[in-house]
Amino acid sequence: MYPAAELDIELKLLVDAIYLKYNYDFRNYSPASMKRRVLHALTQLEVATVSQLQDQILHKPDRFLDLLQYLTIPVSEMFRDPSYFRAIREQVVPILRTWPSFKIWIAGCSTGEEVYSMAILLKEENLLERAIIYATDINPHSLERAEAGIFALDSMKLFTSNYQKAGGKSSFSDYYTAGYGSALFDKSLKRNITFADHSLATDSVFSEMHFISCRNVLIYFNRPLQNRAFGLFHNSLVHRGFMGLGSKETVQFSDYAQNFEPFEARERIYRKV
Amino acid sequence: MATIRSAQPQTHALPLTVLIGASAGGVEALNRILPQLPADYPAAVVVVLHQPSEGPSLLVEVFSPRVRLLTKEADEKEPLVAGVIYFAPPGYHLLIETDGTLALSVDDPVLFCRPAIDVLFDSAAQALGSKAIGVVLTGANEDGAAGLARVQQAGGSAVVQDPADALVATMPEAALAAVPTAQILTATAIGQWLATLQPGGRHGAQ
Repeated sequence: MYPAAELDIELKLLVDAIYLKYNYDFRNYSPASMKRRVLHALTQLEVATVSQLQDQILHKPDRFLDLLQYLTIPVSEMFRDPSYFRAIREQVVPILRTWPSFKIWIAGCSTGEEVYSMAILLKEENLLERAIIYATDINPHSLERAEAGIFALDSMKLFTSNYQKAGGKSSFSDYYTAGYGSALFDKSLKRNITFADHSLATDSVFSEMHFISCRNVLIYFNRPLQNRAFGLFHNSLVHRGFMGLGSKETVQFSDYAQNFEPFEARERIYRKV
Repeated sequence: MATIRSAQPQTHALPLTVLIGASAGGVEALNRILPQLPADYPAAVVVVLHQPSEGPSLLVEVFSPRVRLLTKEADEKEPLVAGVIYFAPPGYHLLIETDGTLALSVDDPVLFCRPAIDVLFDSAAQALGSKAIGVVLTGANEDGAAGLARVQQAGGSAVVQDPADALVATMPEAALAAVPTAQILTATAIGQWLATLQPGGRHGAQ
């Protein structure tokens, strides 16, 4: 077992080094998950200690990119938590429809599963043309993959099942072309999607949003960083704009508890007060 | 040889914590353990049970009428409190931070499991040291074995359900292969033993 006392020290030094050198700020991430991810990276990158890894990433930016793949938000599923997307379709869409055009922000989009889920949902509601979707993440490799819109073919069974449970109106296979073990998603889905680098830890408001979906990102943040993210969301949202969180996330214990009201409480969809 | 000063880990404020991992047959085994725990229980209890990741967990509904402790699904950042049973939410790993709060993650499944027993036990070994009591029950895979070894290496106690008493012996057998010195007890006996835990008292193999 990796010695625990040394690990805590090395981990702190590593995240400080990453921040000072690359301006990626993991200093306010929950330590237990960071620890797991870094230990996993040590094994995969075949480095003996966190200190050695720190030495490598400081002197070789490519090595930092390697490490970043292990530190960022993991791959998701399309229509993960189908009831969340069903609630968007049934409860949120009728209100989005009242705006002549609207902006959606998928914060921490990783490899894009939720972005395409949202685009498909909006297309089926005949709203995709009126929407601008911002998909942001801190990991450039994830953003590239998200933009490519290519997913493993063997995931399609699960994604199709999720899509159907989420109230999909068509046949899920209409949205992709299969080949060579991959599913390439319909390019028209991403016509109004902007993929961009954005950090909830260090960057600021960049546009006015009507709906922000940020799911299973905040569970990795400590309270001060959660507050920072909620502040960004609050300042980005239009009057009565929506915010969707992961099924185990809540704004309730944050500094912004009074600034949001539950809209669809079970699905963690809130509305700016 | 000269001695040098060294920072000591701060675990004194954390509660004694029973960590239970179970898979196939786990509800029945837990039902022979959890109802035996007394109302003024001096330890926190954290349970990872493999189950389908979809939909809400029914574990709280199933166990709350049968046990004398407060039962709840774990929320992120809540502090471990003695006398409470926490269940890992379906689809999330459950971890314990060194400050004694709970953390959730959607990182990749471990041995196809999320929540994974190994993830809970690894983090508990780091955070709780000798205040961790790891219990591996019935199940059809090897999750929990590596984690139980870490709990024991960090000074905690290791208990494994007697494979002959388990509905599926694979998981307890794997745990025993990884931790040959673990206590081996039937589920009923595990419940009896856990019920006698004393606050701050020495626990572990008898």
